[in-house]
Amino acid sequence: MTSDVPLLETLGLTRHFKVGGNLARRTLHAVDDVDLVVHSKEIVAVVGESGSGKSTLARLIAGVYRPTAGDIRYQGTSLEAIRGRKQLLAYRSDVPMVFQDPFSSLNPAFRVSHGILRGLKLHRRDLNSRAERQAEAERVVDAVGLTPAREILDRFPYELSGGQRQRIGFAQALAYQPKLILADEPVSMLDVSIRVGLLNLMVRLRDEQDVSILYITHDLASARYVSDRVVVMYGGTVVETGPTEDVLAAPQHPYTQLLLAAAPDPRVALDFDTGGDPAEPPRVVDPTPGCRFRDRCPLVEDVCHRIDPVPVALRPLHSVACHVAAPATHPEGAR
Amino acid sequence: MGAVLEVEGLTVEYATDSGPVRAVDDVSLSVDAGEFLGVVGESGCGKSTMLFAIAKLLSPPAAITAGAVRFGGTDLVPMTDKQLAGLRWTRLSVVMQSAMNALNPVTSIGGQFRDTMVAHGVKNRAEIHDRSVEMLRLVGIDPIHLKSYPHQLSGGMRQRAMIAMALLFTPELVIMDEPTSALDVVAQRSLMVQIKQLQERLGFAVVFVTHDMSLVSHFSDRLAVMYAGQVVETGPTRPVFDHPAHPYTRGLLDAFPSITGPRVPLLGIPGRPPELRDPPPGCRFAPRCPAVLPQCTESPPPFFEAGPAQARCLLLAKKAEP
Repeated sequence: MTSDVPLLETLGLTRHFKVGGNLARRTLHAVDDVDLVVHSKEIVAVVGESGSGKSTLARLIAGVYRPTAGDIRYQGTSLEAIRGRKQLLAYRSDVPMVFQDPFSSLNPAFRVSHGILRGLKLHRRDLNSRAERQAEAERVVDAVGLTPAREILDRFPYELSGGQRQRIGFAQALAYQPKLILADEPVSMLDVSIRVGLLNLMVRLRDEQDVSILYITHDLASARYVSDRVVVMYGGTVVETGPTEDVLAAPQHPYTQLLLAAAPDPRVALDFDTGGDPAEPPRVVDPTPGCRFRDRCPLVEDVCHRIDPVPVALRPLHSVACHVAAPATHPEGAR
Repeated sequence: MGAVLEVEGLTVEYATDSGPVRAVDDVSLSVDAGEFLGVVGESGCGKSTMLFAIAKLLSPPAAITAGAVRFGGTDLVPMTDKQLAGLRWTRLSVVMQSAMNALNPVTSIGGQFRDTMVAHGVKNRAEIHDRSVEMLRLVGIDPIHLKSYPHQLSGGMRQRAMIAMALLFTPELVIMDEPTSALDVVAQRSLMVQIKQLQERLGFAVVFVTHDMSLVSHFSDRLAVMYAGQVVETGPTRPVFDHPAHPYTRGLLDAFPSITGPRVPLLGIPGRPPELRDPPPGCRFAPRCPAVLPQCTESPPPFFEAGPAQARCLLLAKKAEP
């Protein structure tokens, strides 16, 4: 897992959006100073509530948005250095995206095979004939657990269930021989009984097809089920990151603790205390310095209102950005 | 306490070109005053159709073809819209799945509260204002938002505003159709706790429909598990969670990963629900059931007692025999 050059790395990645008209111009800080590392054959879960910037992060990595500041490095090379269509295509085939809504991400007018074959034609120059592409399409559909593959390819999206459509989403991504799949809430639109199948598929793709997955979700339980490492985001910043089991066994940041307490689990008795949380998303339009979680934080201290907390490594790999849980060595001069 | 809602043999059919499709098949339930009933099942199991039938909100091609929905003793099925108007919102209200679509985007929250009250005969402006402020406070929203439009509120606030509106007349029964499905976990949890607290305070009964069984585990008094248009298991929440009698209930429970304890591989429920156009003879879950018996495919299983719960499963008959 630990090689010298990570598969993908973001350094101080920041994306701001301008909101309001000319007279009331304000800045929305969707993603602020995010450092993220994804190694090969690893599932990294990015967890956070709506408005935490997790989807913006995925879109930045996919190249849908350009960063306001900071850098994304893929296999050691900055995305800024990409020149020309050929290099861009190569990156996009290495890092495809699977979308949240399987009902609107497949073209209803074409058969399932259409999207997969087009992707193969565009990205897989090693396949020279229609027959080879057809065989490859069948292989990827088979790999995502849809059988008989030939028959599925001939169907229209409306003939498939939500879970099957989302598998097709993964099959399309897989057809490009990807290194990293960006999965933006791939199971949140599906029924609980079908989710597990998709989660198992993600684990199998990692183990058998050697892909990494950036799994974006608001559900900590499913993140725990599939991921090797977890990155908890709040208000556009990373508040805690570490190996999944370490973070969930001993969550350090009060927000991680809140998320953990909110995850519904009939096997665990309900803790009514955290129910009083207002659950309002943070203000990320022209934020003032200080911790973004301070208004909801039960442990809030004076310093939290003045200084941005920076990530502090508690253990190797496990780091937390919180003045209370992990005070920096010089709390007043933390930056 | 008497039952506020009694559903008996309710059957709903959709008229299609290839004949009627039975989306809700002979469902019977009862909800006591002040009780919280969770209705769970996968998409397409008929839970939303059933709920619409109870609220008499079905529109063609769907129609109630048999059964009775007794609310406070009177059957709603033969009632006309005019007769229902007197009941709706004052004694029985509905909270829809997506508050974004259920609230009027071009009217302020306060305006919608006012419209609702005026429609039910409250004409005094001061009274309308006081009641609106009181209800918003009750659901934890600053009354300043009476002037806000739906797009200015967060998803959680919109849902809470919807709930405040449903409680304007302190009804006896509130029907909720997945009100938390568009929210993230923290907001979802906070809303559930709030619904429960309001319920304890105001004493209304709740029918809560969801596909996420874990969500209602701590909040509902009783559960009804639906599959392919039928109730397959019903009973008090805790025993159903601890000892699910029907293999489908067990499958639903085993389908979501736990946040604590060992990481175990989960299987979910393989396959998909049957076509309601042509349901399998016998038990409808038989094609997906891990414990299927030869006789399961012969005739539909009746309800059997399973401790404090009842379930439609022949495995229970076998247990009862010796």
